[in-house]
Amino acid sequence: MRKLIIGVLPVVLLVLLIASFLQFGPLGLLKTAFPPVETVAFEKVVLEKDKIAVSIINDGPDEVTISQVLINDAYNQFHITQSTLKHLEKAVIYLEYPWSEMLPLRIKLVSSSGVTFEKEIPVATPTPVPDSRYIISFALIGLYVGVIPVFLGLLWLPLLKNLSRRWYDFFLSLTVGLLIFLLIDALEGAFELAAEIPQTLQGVSLIAIGVFLPYLTLLAIGKKDSIDADNKSAISHTLRLSYMISLAIGLHNMGEGLAIGSAFSVGEITLGSLLVIGFMMHNVTEGIAIIAPIAKQKGENTLKHLLTLGLIAGGPTIIGAWIGGFVFSQLWSLLFLSVGVGAILYVVVEIVKFMKRDAPTTIFTFTNIAGFLSGLFIMYVTGLFVF
Amino acid sequence: MYISEVFKKPAFALAAIFVLLGLYVFFPIQTGGHEENGAQMAHGHTGVVGEYTFDDFDPVSYLKSWNFNDLPEKEREKFYREQNLPDGTLLREYWIYAVDKKIEVAPGVFFDAWAYNGKVPGPTIRATEGDTIRVHLINQGSHTHSIHFHGYHEASMDGAMPEQFVQPGKNFTYEFMAEPAGLHVYHCHSTPLKDHIARGLYGMFIIDPKEDRETANELIMMMNAFDTNFDGENEVYAVNTKAFYYADTPIKVKQGELVRIYAANMVESDPINSIHIHGNFFNEYQTGTLSTPSAFTDIIELGQAERSVLELRFKFPGKYMFHAHQTEFSELGWMGFFEVEK
Repeated sequence: MRKLIIGVLPVVLLVLLIASFLQFGPLGLLKTAFPPVETVAFEKVVLEKDKIAVSIINDGPDEVTISQVLINDAYNQFHITQSTLKHLEKAVIYLEYPWSEMLPLRIKLVSSSGVTFEKEIPVATPTPVPDSRYIISFALIGLYVGVIPVFLGLLWLPLLKNLSRRWYDFFLSLTVGLLIFLLIDALEGAFELAAEIPQTLQGVSLIAIGVFLPYLTLLAIGKKDSIDADNKSAISHTLRLSYMISLAIGLHNMGEGLAIGSAFSVGEITLGSLLVIGFMMHNVTEGIAIIAPIAKQKGENTLKHLLTLGLIAGGPTIIGAWIGGFVFSQLWSLLFLSVGVGAILYVVVEIVKFMKRDAPTTIFTFTNIAGFLSGLFIMYVTGLFVF
Repeated sequence: MYISEVFKKPAFALAAIFVLLGLYVFFPIQTGGHEENGAQMAHGHTGVVGEYTFDDFDPVSYLKSWNFNDLPEKEREKFYREQNLPDGTLLREYWIYAVDKKIEVAPGVFFDAWAYNGKVPGPTIRATEGDTIRVHLINQGSHTHSIHFHGYHEASMDGAMPEQFVQPGKNFTYEFMAEPAGLHVYHCHSTPLKDHIARGLYGMFIIDPKEDRETANELIMMMNAFDTNFDGENEVYAVNTKAFYYADTPIKVKQGELVRIYAANMVESDPINSIHIHGNFFNEYQTGTLSTPSAFTDIIELGQAERSVLELRFKFPGKYMFHAHQTEFSELGWMGFFEVEK
């Protein structure tokens, strides 16, 4: 009972303090000293023929009232679901406007105090709606940039099978290099999104949560697993590692799919064939990473396992493209990317552990370092075609 | 298999589920955007939505007000008095208060103006050539202000020199003879000059010739603009301050009657402005100083502080648009209608 009181007391006092602060405190003084901070973030712009729907959120501390809307520097009639927005409240603005395809579109909101918020769509194209045409085309995009390359990469299995110990280590190191590159790539994407999502959602903190949640979860499971493995030899360490790698790559590819799908749907990129080829070359290397641990294990590199591994790693690209294309949300893209980073981090640590276990003295051999750097380099060169 | 493993660790699984659920509740993935637009969307000519809520500046009454003749007699005396001078002219005395004032420039959009007597444009000063003008400026605002009149006056009455700026809480009296006859403007000349003009410190100064102009339906039109977010570009353009006001409330005139428009441009940040009247032609008297028209046209261009007297007779009944033929301005609020009645 005493413990309970001691535990709750500071919380009660804090509540009282906040209440008195709001009632009498210097807040009034602060408010008059500084003008209200009005900020509005654009969440989504949906374009249909002659129609525009703009989703906004008030991500500032103070209330904002949207009074007028300009499109391409002209006042335009609109209907807003709610014109006065408190902190974190959302609204959708509906406009009728004969916008031109393939041309830029500027949307400007004017608040009651004359502050303006602007959103530019670089190339206006109709927003995809989930009809069969788009479902199929997004699936194809996912297939091309995710599934097929991963499966192609798996075809290197026979090569890896018959390699000497040294070259095998080389490829394991190469895998680490590939994964580290993906990790940095995903992290960069996540930080870019963190700058774009509403400030109040604290994108960078969300990245931390997104990274450590899967990393620590996988770590805890892995530990339990290795104990189980000793007890009843459930699933081999190497096969487990391959599944982990393909899961991590799958999460990463989901983030990639999200990015492609959403960029495509908001007209920021047109998927030219060069871009698709670039992604294919980039992702084909992911296949090596998946099969490296099990290449030398008899009875583990069966067709069944390979198919499953390929699907786990490549399939999420399609799902990501669908989600990104139809229900675009920067917040969820950021979370998927961060989770991918956490998963990759876990896998990298596991591969290094795996190599360490079988290494005679050190893992920092010339071969291994060369492999690692080659991994980074391959990703860099194939990445040149992507953006 | 690993998914099932996750669920064997209830603590992690629960934590993950709660975090994701929490995020989803607060920030759901939105699929919206395709629902039908409400029927509220009007299909008028104007782009703005909603109605003006502040009624302390009435653009309709501004069209026909000078020397505070829109105020009741008692109230008017506080701002304007006149007395006959021995030579038959009038001494016209004005009390003008410079204040900080929030004004409504588009429905629901408010602008922190600096204003003569709390109005943008300031009150129209109108005299006959040869009258004596005496203007008391009382600065109740937070910045230094002045009044600089276009027209003849001595250098000491110019209001443009730093030592002629009136500090907050102080006042100054300008006195000069009204000349030459024509259409003039007055404005604040304190520095930074463009800020004081952009904030709304300007008004019309009409000097009638000694021989009366022909009786007409007279309309005062001040073209102005507002940079509501203070980024150096105007968000709102208008004639007489309120965007699209005369589009929703057309100016009523009679077919065939003489209409005289006193038009001036005080837009800041843009080099030029114009007024174009649909379906009709007018005589332009540049600066209103000469009795012969300088042009017969349907559009005139005006730089800042340029002004013209326009005279026309609407030929047919109906609704006629007038607007800036910098069409960008017209879609940002500088557009209205004449409603010509039989």
